[in-house]
Amino acid sequence: MSPWKVVFWKEVRENMRDRRTMISTFVYGTLLGPILFAGLIGLMISVQLDRAEKPLELPVAGAENAPNLIAWLKGRGVEIKPAPADVEQAIRTREEDVILRIPAKFPSEWREGRAATLELIVDRSQQKSEQTVGRAEQLLAEYGSLTATQRLIVRGISPETVQPILIADVDQSTPQSRGGLLLGMLPYLLILTVFAGGSYLAVDATAGERERQSLEPLLINPVGRGQIMGGKLLATAAFALAALALSLFAFAITFPLLPVEKLSITVNLGPLQCALIFLIVAPLALVGAGLLTSVAAFAKSFREAQTYITLLIIMPAIPSMLMAINPIKPDDWMYGVPLVSHQLLIEQIVRGEAMVPWQVAMSIGITTLVGILIALVATRLYHREHLAISA
Amino acid sequence: MIEIENLRKTFGTVKAVDGVGFRAEDGQITGLLGPNGAGKTTTLRMLYTLMKPETGHIRVDGIDISIDPDGVRRRLGVLPDARGLYKRLTARENIEYFGRLQGLDEEQLKSRTDALIKALDIADIAQRKTEGFSNGQRVKTAIARALVHDPRNVILDEPTNGLDVMATRTLREFMRNLRAEGRCVLFSSHIMQEVAALCDRIVVIAKGRVVASGTPDELRSMTGEANLEDAFVKVIGSEEGLSL
Repeated sequence: MSPWKVVFWKEVRENMRDRRTMISTFVYGTLLGPILFAGLIGLMISVQLDRAEKPLELPVAGAENAPNLIAWLKGRGVEIKPAPADVEQAIRTREEDVILRIPAKFPSEWREGRAATLELIVDRSQQKSEQTVGRAEQLLAEYGSLTATQRLIVRGISPETVQPILIADVDQSTPQSRGGLLLGMLPYLLILTVFAGGSYLAVDATAGERERQSLEPLLINPVGRGQIMGGKLLATAAFALAALALSLFAFAITFPLLPVEKLSITVNLGPLQCALIFLIVAPLALVGAGLLTSVAAFAKSFREAQTYITLLIIMPAIPSMLMAINPIKPDDWMYGVPLVSHQLLIEQIVRGEAMVPWQVAMSIGITTLVGILIALVATRLYHREHLAISA
Repeated sequence: MIEIENLRKTFGTVKAVDGVGFRAEDGQITGLLGPNGAGKTTTLRMLYTLMKPETGHIRVDGIDISIDPDGVRRRLGVLPDARGLYKRLTARENIEYFGRLQGLDEEQLKSRTDALIKALDIADIAQRKTEGFSNGQRVKTAIARALVHDPRNVILDEPTNGLDVMATRTLREFMRNLRAEGRCVLFSSHIMQEVAALCDRIVVIAKGRVVASGTPDELRSMTGEANLEDAFVKVIGSEEGLSL
């Protein structure tokens, strides 16, 4: 057996026996992501459905000033209830989302045909009440335009005279593309999984090996250091890939169970899509393993290495995090940039868009190349004298 | 056989090893005696190719270390100062890991591992994970691991450090057996009694230099001291950093 294989299998076997490694690689790294994600989407859906379906409760002050309006609102399913004594206070303390106040001069203004004022007491800084306020505003506007139409007809004027333009909203998003928007976070989670999946083994095999004083005896064996580091690096990559595979598997299982169709979106995350995503993200495992082993090699202790690595794990996720918040228009060159190309390609797969073969090939090819380069740097590091010596 | 000439190594402004040279013959136990910080570990690290000497030559069985370091490593069995084991592997797996790295085939691996487990008397712990081993059990496992490829030359850096009396006795017996098999045994120690009891030849190191070397008799006559321990103190010039 080649020395690198000996090292590889020893690292895999040893880490399989370590509960901490197994948990951090295969529980935190993989299952927690999909579960968290599924939970988050589930919550979003239930909150949206809840708000949209629940009848609007509207506290009204001065209801006696506009009995027709109140009757109309009731007819539209609004539950009218008396306003609290101190209207402003109730909004400030967030007891109510919105309160309608009908001033005493409303009836006279109305009769005289002047613009009659209604007051909506709201707190615009409260995101939570946005939807309720919106519904109240919409209903009142509707009542207003209904009245206007009636008044015009009575005077023999076509209502279209006061509505010179009509804006028709023609939405070009498809159920698939709306799903992609929601799943902009998926690439971020998968890239995080790849880096986190190998991190524990990487620290254990480098800084851990030095800390427990076994690096020096190991390096006395008549084996090139490139072989030893190569074995460790590949073991790290193998754990990262296992974490990725498990994570995608978990995503493929959890997604069909989510009532995403209630948000009128479609998510393409079946076995075929998962396999494709695995192929595209896999080369990142080599990049991650190379970076992790290089960084851990400089740490004097296990704990120090973990500190560096926590930072290192978050960094590759930054581009995808930014792109999830602020989507960019894809350009050809972006498919040659690791991380950016992964974000774009995963989104395309999940949205069900057609893939361009050369773009996929470029992403895989360049990422693999970068991975090999970083791996070479990592193996060279251990040729340094002071890195080999314990304490 | 190990031949060392004129080794030098400096760390910053400190001359850790400053012109050390000696020979260790086959079928003999050679002791490297010196107080803590005399340069013993650094000398040995250069010998087992972990550090590059600034000047000097090292030959093992006639092979120059700068020309064929892997050839030298194959001829050396080393118990370094750092002797950590893999605690999630059993003692046997620890030994086998190094055997495979030395390129042994499965048959050689099994027979060598069995032989060493017997010789070092660790059959009862061979199948146990090394986490929680006593100091003695750890050192024995580390020695078995270092000798799995049946090397002609054995280097032990402070092998009895931290061991109890029984473990020390087993280890000394084991070293005598290695000598009887015709191997070249080189070990370092700061314990005078141990060196006096075991060694055919003694190399005394202080402040990075060889201050005396020879058989115990030669050292006694050189210093005019009848007691070997007094002779050591005389050539080193101080008792500091030594143990009885």
